[in-house]
Amino acid sequence: MFDTIVGFLYQFGDASAFLVLCASGLAIIFGMMGVINLAHGEFIMAGAYMTVTVAKLGAPLPLAIVCGALFAGFIGILLERFVIRHLYGRPLDTIVATWGISLIASQGTLILLGPSLSDISTPLGSVQIGSLSYSVYRFVLMATAAAILAGLYLLFNFTRFGVLARATIQVPHMAEALGVNTRFIYSLTFGIGAALAGATGGLYAPTMTLVPTMGAQFITEAFVTVVTGGGDVFVGTAPAGVILGFIRAAMTTWQGQLAGQIGLLVAVIIVIRVLPRGISGLVLRERT
Amino acid sequence: MGRRSLFFRLASRLEGPQTLGRGWRFWIGAAVVLTFAIGYPLLTDSYTVGNTVYFFNWVFMALGLCVIWGYGGALSFGQTAFFGIAGYAYGVITLNWGADYGLTLWATLAAVALSAIVAAVLGYFLFFGRISGVFLGIVTLAVTLVLERFMAQTAGPEWHIGIARLNGFNGMNGMPNLTIPWPGADGPLVLAPDLPLYYFVLALLVIVYLALRILVNSSFGNVLVAIRENPERATMLGYDVRRYQLAAFVIGSSLAGLSGVLYTTWGQYITPSSMGITAAALPIVWVAVGGRSDLTATLLGTILLIGGFQALTVYGSQYALVVMGLLLVVTVLLAPEGLILALAFLPRRLMRHRARETA
Repeated sequence: MFDTIVGFLYQFGDASAFLVLCASGLAIIFGMMGVINLAHGEFIMAGAYMTVTVAKLGAPLPLAIVCGALFAGFIGILLERFVIRHLYGRPLDTIVATWGISLIASQGTLILLGPSLSDISTPLGSVQIGSLSYSVYRFVLMATAAAILAGLYLLFNFTRFGVLARATIQVPHMAEALGVNTRFIYSLTFGIGAALAGATGGLYAPTMTLVPTMGAQFITEAFVTVVTGGGDVFVGTAPAGVILGFIRAAMTTWQGQLAGQIGLLVAVIIVIRVLPRGISGLVLRERT
Repeated sequence: MGRRSLFFRLASRLEGPQTLGRGWRFWIGAAVVLTFAIGYPLLTDSYTVGNTVYFFNWVFMALGLCVIWGYGGALSFGQTAFFGIAGYAYGVITLNWGADYGLTLWATLAAVALSAIVAAVLGYFLFFGRISGVFLGIVTLAVTLVLERFMAQTAGPEWHIGIARLNGFNGMNGMPNLTIPWPGADGPLVLAPDLPLYYFVLALLVIVYLALRILVNSSFGNVLVAIRENPERATMLGYDVRRYQLAAFVIGSSLAGLSGVLYTTWGQYITPSSMGITAAALPIVWVAVGGRSDLTATLLGTILLIGGFQALTVYGSQYALVVMGLLLVVTVLLAPEGLILALAFLPRRLMRHRARETA
């Protein structure tokens, strides 16, 4: 009984951390700019590839992950500058264009780097709780997910950038009239979203096989979480990640991996029927 | 009298505000193209004919997406889900009950109906949940990807429907060809790939193309375009936006299902990867690059792009996919209405430009 409970809690924490990490970059870009970035999975792939490359050069893993995040963020800023910027106000065109970019990125990686990159092993070993053993690295991932949410909260609420960014989301032309360089803010926001995707890729790189199409393994979960959460990272994505993580862990424990995914999908289809604007739409109803 | 007037009413809808191409010049041009298509097998070998059938198979899905996205303004990324559902359904039915007594035709109808039903259920949740814009795209994509993953894990012997094994990642194979029961000594008419299937698919294509032209020029099509242009206005004018979009979604998804059945009979196999993310991206590329707001542009663009894609695949499909991605990005940035439409309007635009300069 004790083992079952701990096992379930572990699954629950792991699934929630995965969903929150996957979705936070996508959610920031969507919440701030109304842009759904279908190349999100490829940013994750870019971060993972960079992390593994740097780690193989002998750098410690945390440093390698930071490199991966910076690399993805840099590509994100370039992408915003050359493509996304021309498509603001045309959400459907943005989603189509980012899909084109996703095709180019995954297939281009296949051409340049081949069908797979050799992996690095999962660090930190495992720990015994009750009669079962659990990967310590997974606990680190859970803590990191919480830390990233806290970091974003601090960034958007207690820094000058955060104030300017929130002003820009609320009334872009007013912010511009007050002297905020909104283009720069958008650019930076897109970069932060991409960097978060890159960090996610870096964090999960030691736990999975690196292939050019690995992004596709993340995006379903990321989309589902963002759709359930709505436009706000803190009152949307975070609770959505926890709730969906619970559903997924429960379904996985009951019927296996695939049932977990199907459970997520059914949950999101029901949620959008009841709450078209997601959880944050429900919470923020008074504000809008 | 009544039937005659119905016929003329339908024929008059073949051209209208929602489709390009009108007057005798267009129809003579279309007749020339059709004549060429009918005579084409005489000019070439059977491999090329079979390959052309393969091109035609996909056009139905593209035309369906054109109705949903180009005319209805609802971007669905999940058309390959319906393609796969119908393909698998055709496989399951025909493997279980064989191909006699015209059963393959009923299997086709049943498979298309199944994709229509799935589209109706999913569409009910999406459109009646007032999901629009980008969310519609990502939910349909998520459904497609989960379906692909589900089918890919059905490798074990416990996954079977009747005697038809689903075979996981390798997919199903060995389905019979479409067969039309035919009285006479030769027995039933088997629509094997190459010649018979070519004419069957070509005839279907002409029928579907003309029927869709009538549909989009009817009052239904006009309302659909009104919704695309401004959903609030359409609501204020008293139209139930959700019903129209759901109807367009079901029609378009049925066409994707038809593509799936034809593809399955053509190659006699269907795999989960025909629904996957790469496969799902291609219809979007065809429709966007061709010109999503017009059926004819979509038709031409799709055939041209599949031809180009296949020519590039000689160097490896990854190169072809990178080119498709680039085309998509370039189209969205430079010619959002589609490359074929942009080219079609180019002379008119230049003339207007010149007229403005001389004035």
